[in-house]
Amino acid sequence: MGEIIFYALAAVTLGTALLTIFSRNPIHSALSLVVCFFSIAGHYLLLNAQFLAIVHIIVYSGAIMILMLFTIMLMNLNKDDESHKPIAAKIAATIAFCLVGLVLLAGLLRTKPVVESYYYSGEDFQSIKVLGKVLLNEYMVPFEFASVLLLVAMIGAVLISKKDKEKSLK
Amino acid sequence: METILKEIGVETYLYLSALLFSIGVFGILLRRNAIVMFMSIEIMLNAVNMMLVAFSTYHQDASGQVFVFFSMAVAAAEVAVGLAILVSIFRNHGSVDIDNLKNLKG
Repeated sequence: MGEIIFYALAAVTLGTALLTIFSRNPIHSALSLVVCFFSIAGHYLLLNAQFLAIVHIIVYSGAIMILMLFTIMLMNLNKDDESHKPIAAKIAATIAFCLVGLVLLAGLLRTKPVVESYYYSGEDFQSIKVLGKVLLNEYMVPFEFASVLLLVAMIGAVLISKKDKEKSLK
Repeated sequence: METILKEIGVETYLYLSALLFSIGVFGILLRRNAIVMFMSIEIMLNAVNMMLVAFSTYHQDASGQVFVFFSMAVAAAEVAVGLAILVSIFRNHGSVDIDNLKNLKG
């Protein structure tokens, strides 16, 4: 049962990821990417990481994709006016894709004899309670730095997108 | 609680993550629209996140999931700043085609 769900989810993930990069219209790309993110959240649920799945849906499918869709509509890109790349670049990209996939898969295929089969000890390690303790005890300093990073990113985004307007006022 | 790893093993997740990462690389190389390149970067980040979660479940250690939180924070910051840069480029150039950005070319 779980196997069937996994392979269905994996097919959805890979198919929508391919649709994302092949759609001519950026809005179609963004919508395919939302489906891709939902299927990845499904993978997290299969791996029993419930809290992470919820956070993934909120952050990626919610915040990031809404931001991207707003930007696409702001730039009025919802028409396929993208000029085509030269055919040599496309062939080179395809060859590079095949090589990267081949090298990664070939490297990972060798791991199969090394990883032993999964053993579950019954210990609770990924409920919100345990995650919160790990996050605020062991990883306290990186956690604070992440908050600083988000603040700086927010200020930077506002500054960068405002600069042009100030220049035109002078 | 049972997880999927007992049925299919952790290596299947490795293959899936590797394929997803390659698709992200393909998108970066294939497209010229900067927004679609951003989406490809998100696909690559998610491939790595999925591998981290799979290994966190495999080793039954919460640290992997904490790393995924940090990588999500970095991804959110990257998207906010990157889209602001794209909006700025669009105001100055009228398009987000990366082949038009040749001002630094000698």
